[in-house]
Amino acid sequence: MTEIERHSFDVVVIGAGGAGLRAAVEARAAGLRTAIICKSLFGKAHTVMAEGGIAAAMGNVNSKDNWQVHFRDTMRGGKFLNNFRMAELHAKEAPDRVWELETWGALFDRTKEGKISQRNFGGHEYPRLAHVGDRTGLELIRTMQQAIVSLQQKDAVEFGDAEARIKVFAETTITEIIKDGDRAAGAFGYIRETGNLILFEAPAIVIAAGGIGKSFKVTSNSWEGTGDGHALALKAGGKLVDMEFVQFHPTGMVWPPSVRGILVTESVRGDGGVLRNSEGRRFMFDYIPEVFKEKYAQSEEEGDRWYADPDNNRRPPELLPRDEVARAINSEVKAGRGSPHGGVFLDVSTRLAPDVIKKKLPSMWHQFKELADVDITTQAMEVGPTCHYVMGGILVDPDTGAASGVPGLFAAGESAGGMHGSNRLGGNSLSDLLVFGRRAGAGAVAYFQSLSGNTPKVSDASITKASDHALAPLRNPGGENPYTIQADLQQVTNDLVGIIRTKSELEESLSKLKGFRARLANITCPGGSAFNSGWHLALDLENMLLVSDCIAHAALIREESRGGHTREDFPKMSAEWRKFNLVSHFTNGEVAVEKLALPEMRDELLNLFDIEELGKYMTPEELTRHSKGANA
Amino acid sequence: MTRTAKFRVWRGDASDGALKDYNIEVNEGEVVLDVIHRLQATQTPDLAVRWNCKAGKCGSCSAEINGRPRLMCMTRMNTFTDEETITVTPLRAFPVIRDLVTNVSFNYKKALEIPAFAGPAHLKPGEYRMEQIDVERSQEFRKCIECFLCQDTCHVIRDHEENKEAFAGPRFFIRLAELDMHPLDTLDRKRAAQEDHGLGMCNITKCCTEVCPEHIKITDNAIIPMKERVVDVKYDPVRWLGSKIRRREGL
Amino acid sequence: MRAMGILMSGTMTTPGRAKIAARHLRTDKWWVQPLITVAVLVSFIIYSTWRAFENAHYFVEPYVSPFYSPCLATSCVEGSSDLGQPFGSWWTFSPSLIILLFPLGFRMTCYYYRKAYYRAFWQSPPACAVAEPHKTYTGETRQPLILQNAHRWFFYAGLIFNVILTYDAILAFKNSEGEWGHMQVGTLVLLANATFLWLYSLSCHTCRHTVGGRLKHFSKHPVRYKLWTKISELNHHHPKFAWISLIGVALADFYVRSVSTGFITDLQIF
Ligand SMILES: Cc1cc2nc3c(=O)[nH]c(=O)nc-3n(C[C@H](O)[C@H](O)[C@H](O)COP(=O)(O)OP(=O)(O)OC[C@H]3O[C@@H](n4cnc5c(N)ncnc54)[C@H](O)[C@@H]3O)c2cc1C
Ligand code: SF4
Ligand code: SF4
Ligand code: FES
Ligand code: FES
Repeated sequence: MTEIERHSFDVVVIGAGGAGLRAAVEARAAGLRTAIICKSLFGKAHTVMAEGGIAAAMGNVNSKDNWQVHFRDTMRGGKFLNNFRMAELHAKEAPDRVWELETWGALFDRTKEGKISQRNFGGHEYPRLAHVGDRTGLELIRTMQQAIVSLQQKDAVEFGDAEARIKVFAETTITEIIKDGDRAAGAFGYIRETGNLILFEAPAIVIAAGGIGKSFKVTSNSWEGTGDGHALALKAGGKLVDMEFVQFHPTGMVWPPSVRGILVTESVRGDGGVLRNSEGRRFMFDYIPEVFKEKYAQSEEEGDRWYADPDNNRRPPELLPRDEVARAINSEVKAGRGSPHGGVFLDVSTRLAPDVIKKKLPSMWHQFKELADVDITTQAMEVGPTCHYVMGGILVDPDTGAASGVPGLFAAGESAGGMHGSNRLGGNSLSDLLVFGRRAGAGAVAYFQSLSGNTPKVSDASITKASDHALAPLRNPGGENPYTIQADLQQVTNDLVGIIRTKSELEESLSKLKGFRARLANITCPGGSAFNSGWHLALDLENMLLVSDCIAHAALIREESRGGHTREDFPKMSAEWRKFNLVSHFTNGEVAVEKLALPEMRDELLNLFDIEELGKYMTPEELTRHSKGANA
Repeated sequence: MTRTAKFRVWRGDASDGALKDYNIEVNEGEVVLDVIHRLQATQTPDLAVRWNCKAGKCGSCSAEINGRPRLMCMTRMNTFTDEETITVTPLRAFPVIRDLVTNVSFNYKKALEIPAFAGPAHLKPGEYRMEQIDVERSQEFRKCIECFLCQDTCHVIRDHEENKEAFAGPRFFIRLAELDMHPLDTLDRKRAAQEDHGLGMCNITKCCTEVCPEHIKITDNAIIPMKERVVDVKYDPVRWLGSKIRRREGL
Repeated sequence: MRAMGILMSGTMTTPGRAKIAARHLRTDKWWVQPLITVAVLVSFIIYSTWRAFENAHYFVEPYVSPFYSPCLATSCVEGSSDLGQPFGSWWTFSPSLIILLFPLGFRMTCYYYRKAYYRAFWQSPPACAVAEPHKTYTGETRQPLILQNAHRWFFYAGLIFNVILTYDAILAFKNSEGEWGHMQVGTLVLLANATFLWLYSLSCHTCRHTVGGRLKHFSKHPVRYKLWTKISELNHHHPKFAWISLIGVALADFYVRSVSTGFITDLQIF
């Protein structure tokens, strides 16, 4: 057996995005020895790419905002499929998490009174997104990174060793969660730089490994988004919930081809950008769905007035939830009214002055200038849907982040599911990371303390198994190139499990996905194990395939259209289907999906909504629990 | 619009290496990173390269292209002529790991040496009040994506490994400036900048500013203002006297 | 030895770094910029040294050359001494040498010129990502370069000189007979010279620092903040003003000399 580096920690956090770092801070604050593991360099996690902002009902710009309104918006955005408890905790705790960032040195844009400024975003009733220009994710990750550094500085003073209680293992990839009986016992992986194998023994493991976008061809996600966290949990006996719900962001770049999918932040629309088709029509007015009719402007004039006077006008339909806008763009392009490169036009230049655009959307200006040779202060952008976010994820306990089915395993951030229901609102992810990152960290601490020494052990047999598995692609001569397999896999998901789905295509996708298993088993990566990108991809591919399998399975079963899941053959939302989540398992090498009853909202939360609104989503029996429903 | 481009890529590791020539297809609208990826997918599957966002936001894909420190994902192929050979090498100021990937741990070590933001003890979370005009200067520096191109290009350490001990580098001078200009930071960063972080070694030759992909005015807005602030506390007898007297009167 | 120095410099031989023998891999004309800098600065130094020692042709009613103003020694030509002649008659060298130290020091310690001559003359570095030829480097941490920190004193002195040269430009509204209310081409030359010098001084980094840059809270000093934003705009063009004002001073001197020697005639405007 190859030499294996061994470490032992109290808590291991897989992932150095917003969720992972917040969890690590919490564990370290409780005095536990904590490891942070990430595939990239420290500070490069996907969170860094978030642009628009972080949603928190602080009420700084519109004092009518509060957690109840935020809760309502979140549930509405998710089409009431959200885990209500998560949505509730999220809405209540998000402001504290944002304020806490300020005490660690974050510098958000300010209001005139010197408070944190907040901006409008799709689906949020009031201006709610704390932001820094359009680089909010960078601010969040850097602030968290610096918070970790400040803890290390304290440890350096106290213990003479900065890494005494919190250590970052950058460019290290976890390939397997190792268990002792049914409990988590450790995490196994490799160091990218050397190719050496590494084992972390730890009773409490937090998975915060981000999203799955790389399973799709057109995506806003980086190479990291290969669904590792999802797959690690699944293989360890955890469950994934809501995997059929994948968010296609309506506005990704479409040209040039090499940048296809790169995100165009929603703030472009929040700050006044309008969508037009090739005929120059603001087509979004034609796509306002029945459930949102009263909340959105019915004429361009009203929509335009809203930017200056939001109290007396309704917002323009460009700010509908993402799934609606993405589908609308998709339909326009299909109807032949698209832009030259297969998107639609998004224009801020007509409403904002050039210097305002550069100030409010600096990185968008930069991005289009440098990557597409388009000056957004005078020209329209071409945009189209791009795979952006997965609502589905590891099934967890809302309060503690404990993964269902595996004691010792916790999850937070995009890797965890439930919070966003069938569709996530913009800005609700960054706040989700902090709220549930902190809770998962605290959950891990409580679990660790409850063990009082009765720690699980990692067996030699399991190490051998994990290392053989990891090294297989390097040892197998004469097989297939991982890059080809990746491209083929992305094509399948894109064509058959994409934004609009049908039964026949989903069935086809499942059989095609099966075919990839054999190909994966016969992968070859020439070269040594030191920083071998091909080998890294080969191991990631397994996760991408597993996740795609879950998505396709769940998508086939859910026979309705809701949020990030659109079935051409079942175009309506069904109140019956709202009562269930779909949960994926992995047993005996096969993905299986089953129905799980959705937890029922507590009465006082139910009563935050008008019964008329609930009527659009819920069955008549469910409505009887509403305070106005008893005699209805 | 497909053409074949001539690439020369450094392949090797710490023990040895060399520039290798490749002919490789290029399509319209592509950037250098796209071509490197195509090289990986078709000719050199084990070519080591770091990248994440492919949109100039994460600062992972730093390398030297035709001898200039740049982000590979933000260097468009149409900035070169068809005949030109495009040379891609790893960052030369840091130890190489393999091919285009270097060990940038120097920078993380330096980050650890700068005391973190220290806010006022009497303000609780949510009570911070700051004016936009007071945070703007520091916000410019917080745009930094930690690509470390400025660190790579800075001759103080690029040409003099022995200076790495004493010199924090431009990336961390903007960090010091950010904190010194932060309206609520309570520590004094000025003396430390000069005495502990090597601000005086910078000869303001501005290469850091030239390469910064975020267009942060590192020299004009951070280093020179910090040098002036250092003069205030260390080399200006009049201001020094003034501050003593004022302190006395304040009592 | 020099060649050895080049070979020994860090980039190429530091263990652990990528082994690339070339001193740089730049394909553009990176040496053009430093070359121009050298050419302009050397020309200026030669011209100004010659003029400073020439000790003649620096005054012709109503103009005094900026190289000789204020003229402080008894040897000064009558009419050229705005501030009297405190140096008396013991000063036997060119009176230009008394004052030259100040503008020289101002420009030598200027943040922009430092960049320019460190790059062009000292080759430290000659251009970005081009290895420098020195074995060791300590920057501005020791004598004599630590004296660069005295820039603000030269800046203050520079302001005084600007006032004097502005005064000289006002005097130039006389004619060659000493009568007020006239204007010649020379008036414009001295006016332009003073204007460029003001722009150079006001756009100075120390100036930017002094008017507001040193503040922690702009919001508590709205007037200084306003000033700071204006100075910052000027500061953006500081390199440009540095060159224009340098060439401007030389041209102004050359104009005065040319009129004084009768090489050209000063055209009357009114
Ligand atoms: C372009 C873009 C813009 C966005 N804008 C916004 C926005 O404005 N507002 C908002 O709320 N949300 C936004 N989002 C969504 C949001 O950024 C992400 O959902 C969120 O950052 C995910 O954070 P995370 O902490 O869960 O994981 P990530 O930030 O994705 O981090 C995952 C971490 O896990 C590590 N990791 C993964 N696999 C492994 C493994 N096998 N072993 C070890 N480590 C591993 C990675 O290296 C990384 O450190 C945006 C997303 C994108 C792509
Ligand atoms: S200006 Fe200073 S910090 Fe920047 S590259 Fe030059 S010497 Fe280095
Ligand atoms: S300051 Fe600019 S060049 Fe330096 S690390 Fe930051 S972004 Fe990169
Ligand atoms: S890949 Fe992120 S900056 Fe180039
Ligand atoms: S004169 Fe150039 S910086 Fe002061």
